[in-house]
Formats: sequence, structure tokens, C-alpha cells
Amino acid sequence: MDGGEIMAGAATSLTRFNASASAKTLTEPRWVQRIAIGVALAFLGLFLVVPLLSVFVNAFSKGAGVFARAIVDPIALSAIKLTLLTAVIAVPANLVFGLAASWSIARFRFPGRNFLITLIDLPFSVSPVISGMVFVLMFGAQGWFGSWLGDHGIKILFAVPGIVLATIFVTFPFVAREVIPLMQSQGTDEEEAAFVLGASGWQMFWRVTLPNIKWGLLYGIILCNARAMGEFGAVSVVSGHIRGRTNTIPLHVEILYNEYNFAAAFAVASLLALLALVTLVAKTWVEWRFRSETSARHPEL
Amino acid sequence: MDSFWDTVTTPRVLAAFRLTFGASALAALINTVFGLLVAWVLVRYSFPGRKIVDAMVDMPFALPTAVAGIALTAVYAPTGWIGAPLAKWGIQAAFAPLGVVIALTFIGLPFVVRTLQPVLEATEPDMEEAALTLGASRWQTVRRVVFPPLIPALLTGFALSFARAVGEYGSVAFISGNMPMRTEIAPLLIMTKLEQYDYAGATAIAVVMLVVSFAMLLTINLLQAWSRRWTGGK
Repeated sequence: MDGGEIMAGAATSLTRFNASASAKTLTEPRWVQRIAIGVALAFLGLFLVVPLLSVFVNAFSKGAGVFARAIVDPIALSAIKLTLLTAVIAVPANLVFGLAASWSIARFRFPGRNFLITLIDLPFSVSPVISGMVFVLMFGAQGWFGSWLGDHGIKILFAVPGIVLATIFVTFPFVAREVIPLMQSQGTDEEEAAFVLGASGWQMFWRVTLPNIKWGLLYGIILCNARAMGEFGAVSVVSGHIRGRTNTIPLHVEILYNEYNFAAAFAVASLLALLALVTLVAKTWVEWRFRSETSARHPEL
Repeated sequence: MDSFWDTVTTPRVLAAFRLTFGASALAALINTVFGLLVAWVLVRYSFPGRKIVDAMVDMPFALPTAVAGIALTAVYAPTGWIGAPLAKWGIQAAFAPLGVVIALTFIGLPFVVRTLQPVLEATEPDMEEAALTLGASRWQTVRRVVFPPLIPALLTGFALSFARAVGEYGSVAFISGNMPMRTEIAPLLIMTKLEQYDYAGATAIAVVMLVVSFAMLLTINLLQAWSRRWTGGK
């Protein structure tokens, strides 16, 4: 399947669950297993569990009052609002873009197809700082469109549109890279059958295509949303850090932290840590549903 | 062109490149070794909480980098839970190059595990059984039969983890302390130059990083093609 080939950098992907036959007949002695498990868990504990715990412990280090005040602070609330607004625009936008890109790549052969495949992965392979910089070079005062935008009184950089654009850019690959392999492995037989039986294009999409890709789509949306709400580097470059106006939650965390207001910084950060935990649970649930549906449809796998 | 070379060869920029690529390579190496162990343990052994541990591996993808940054700094600072014992041994983690390596290890942690897992799951036991019947010890079997097919996936995981680390900004910005010549990474230098409206300087550094990114992308694609050939088109 050439779906895997194009997805350089696809580390977390739903389609990795297609084949799962495990070899457990041969194994190591008990004591070797125990040591291996111990070392692996110690490594994960040191790098994952301890830092995550520290977010919540530090958030409540000065008591629940400080925690609550940090979150209902008007500047924090405006950061939360901006983050939600950004996600509400960026996720549906990338749902549409991702579906369009997957559809054209999986269903058609056209000149520039390979270039498009490479382009989809681009935001994952460049530094978020460089992703943000691209928008500064385009829309900044000295940028390509800078003087035109200035003449017409349109503000993109250091304003909400810039934050939304940068977020859409860095989260673009999530939906497409989940849907392309599913569409490719599905093939076109079912859609052709629907078409021959007289379905309209729209009916074909809702009744045949969508049910086949729904788990991949949901998986992509979950990851896309997590990144959209948590993006730091790219947004930091284009935001201008105007308090109460162009600060997202991660940027607000940075400001609090740099002011040595640690308890408040961790309190606000704990919201994002909570989002990460919800994301992991949702993601695991989708993986589980996808796996049980795949094995129901193809018992031989 | 001259100003490009002048920018990317100043001692401060060169120091940033050295740290970025060096720390990224070291972090990717740590992740390759421990990622192999974690993937092996998750696929081959069963223990209570295995599914939760498996889900936790993706945490660095889900946790915003700014949160990871302040959390790791709190834990590894000289007063932190792990930083304090380290400081007693005379090891400074946060606000030192070691801190950069720690942050980049966190960021790249899932890549090796997730690249290896499907390959390990797809291995058939017959080869191992054959080796055992032919008189090989378990260690010989693991080293000579199980390990070689994993090499392409290991290299791919290393490359993915390295590529991710090179571009990382959020988490490192907090834990490194951002001291020029010592703990300043290249993406941070781009940020600094942008804030000073030195767009030419920022672009020059970005170009060098983009060239490396594309080289990595190409390498990863070749490695994945090789890996698929090795595992028979899986």
C-alpha cells in the first residue's frame, strides 16, 4: 500500500492498527522481563509521568483560591476565549482542506500530485518558528503584502487573523494524513457501485465514503484540535503578545511564567494538561473502536 | 549572498547550530535505545497497566510544548523533584545543555516506539522457533534473528525523532535559560532576530534549518521504503 510511503513522519496514525498478530510463544526468563519492564517504566516515569504530575501539583501549590483566581482572571479568560475561537475556525477549515486534499490524492492522478503529497507534510517537517516566520515575511510591514494591507487598513500580523492563519498552517497535516491511507486502502469499488446504482455525488459521499473513513477523520480531528489549542512557536511569532487581545492560553502561560508568577502559570497550564489527557483518552477510544470494527469486518486480520 | 554567509557563520549562530543538532542527535539516540526497550516491553510482555502505559506514550504529542517546557523546568531545576538530587551530584540539568537534551528527549519520545511497534507486532514466531530448534540461545536468537529486521524501523524512528527535535522551540525555550553561546538553540535565535526586525538574519538561519529538514525528510522517505522492503511490504 503506498499510503505509508507518503506519510513521512507519521508516528501516530490510526492505520498502524491494521495488522496485529503478536508473537508471544517465545519469551525471555521472568527476571529479564521484570528488569526490562522496570527500566522502561522508570524511563517513561521520569520523562512523562513526573512532569505531568508536577503541572497539577504546582498549580495547586498556593491553594485552590490562587488556582481559581488565575483562571477567572480577565486576561486569562480572554486568552481562553481566543484559543477556543482559533480552534473553532482552524479545525473545521482543516477538516474541509484535509478532505479535499485526501480525496484528490486518493482518487485521482494529476500532474503535481506528488508535489501536493510532499506539501501536506511540510508543516510537520519545518520548525514552528519558521512556520510563523513565513507569515511575518508575507504580511509584516516589510512583507510582500505588507504595504497593500497597510493601505487598506487590514491587520493580519500581530492580530487575531494571523494567529488563526498560523494555526491552520501548522495543523494542516493531521486530518489529511489520517484519511489518505484509509481512502487508498478502501479503493473505489464501493463508490463506483453506489454511482452505478444512481446515487448522487453527495449521497455517495455521505452514505459510502464517510462511513468508511469516519474513524480516521475523527482521529485526525482530535489530534488537530489538540495541536490547534496548544500551538506555541508559530503563534508566538505572529501574535505580538498583546495582553487580553492576541494572547492564547500557551502564550498567557509563558507571560505568567516569565513574571515568576509560577502558581498562576501552572494553574492555566493545567487546563492544557487536562486537554492533553482528554485527547489521549479520546484517541485511545477511537483506536479501540477502529480496531474492533476492522477485525469484525476482516476476521482474518 | 555575502551577508547570508556572514550571518550563518557568526560564532553565536554556529554555537546555536552545534547545540541544536548535537542535542537533537543525542536526544534521538536516547529515544532509540529506550524506545526499543519500551516498544519491546509493550508488544512482547504483559503486565498490569500495559494499555495505560501504551496510551501514555503519545503524551508528548498531546501536551502543548509550552506546558511541557515549564513542567520539565520545574522538575529538573536545581530545586525540582529530580533536579535537586542531580544538583547534589554536581549535575545541572535545567538552564544547561543537559536541559535541552531532556526537553528534546521528551518531545521525540513517541516516534521510535510508534515506528517499532507495528514491526514488532508483525514478526512471526517461526524464525525464532527455528533458531531455538537449531540450538541458539535466547540471547543469540534475539541478537541475530529478531534484531536485524528492526534496524530500518529503528533508523526511521531515530530520524523522525531527530527531525522533530531540530525544529522544537516551545519546551526548550523554558528549560534552556537561553544563554547565547551556551544554551541558545537555532529556532530561538530566529525568534530573537524576528523580534529585532532583523528579517534577513532570521531568514538566513531558517534557510540552513530548512535545508537540513528537507534532507531529513528525504532520508526518512528512503528509510521507510527500505523498511517496507525488509518487512515484505507491510
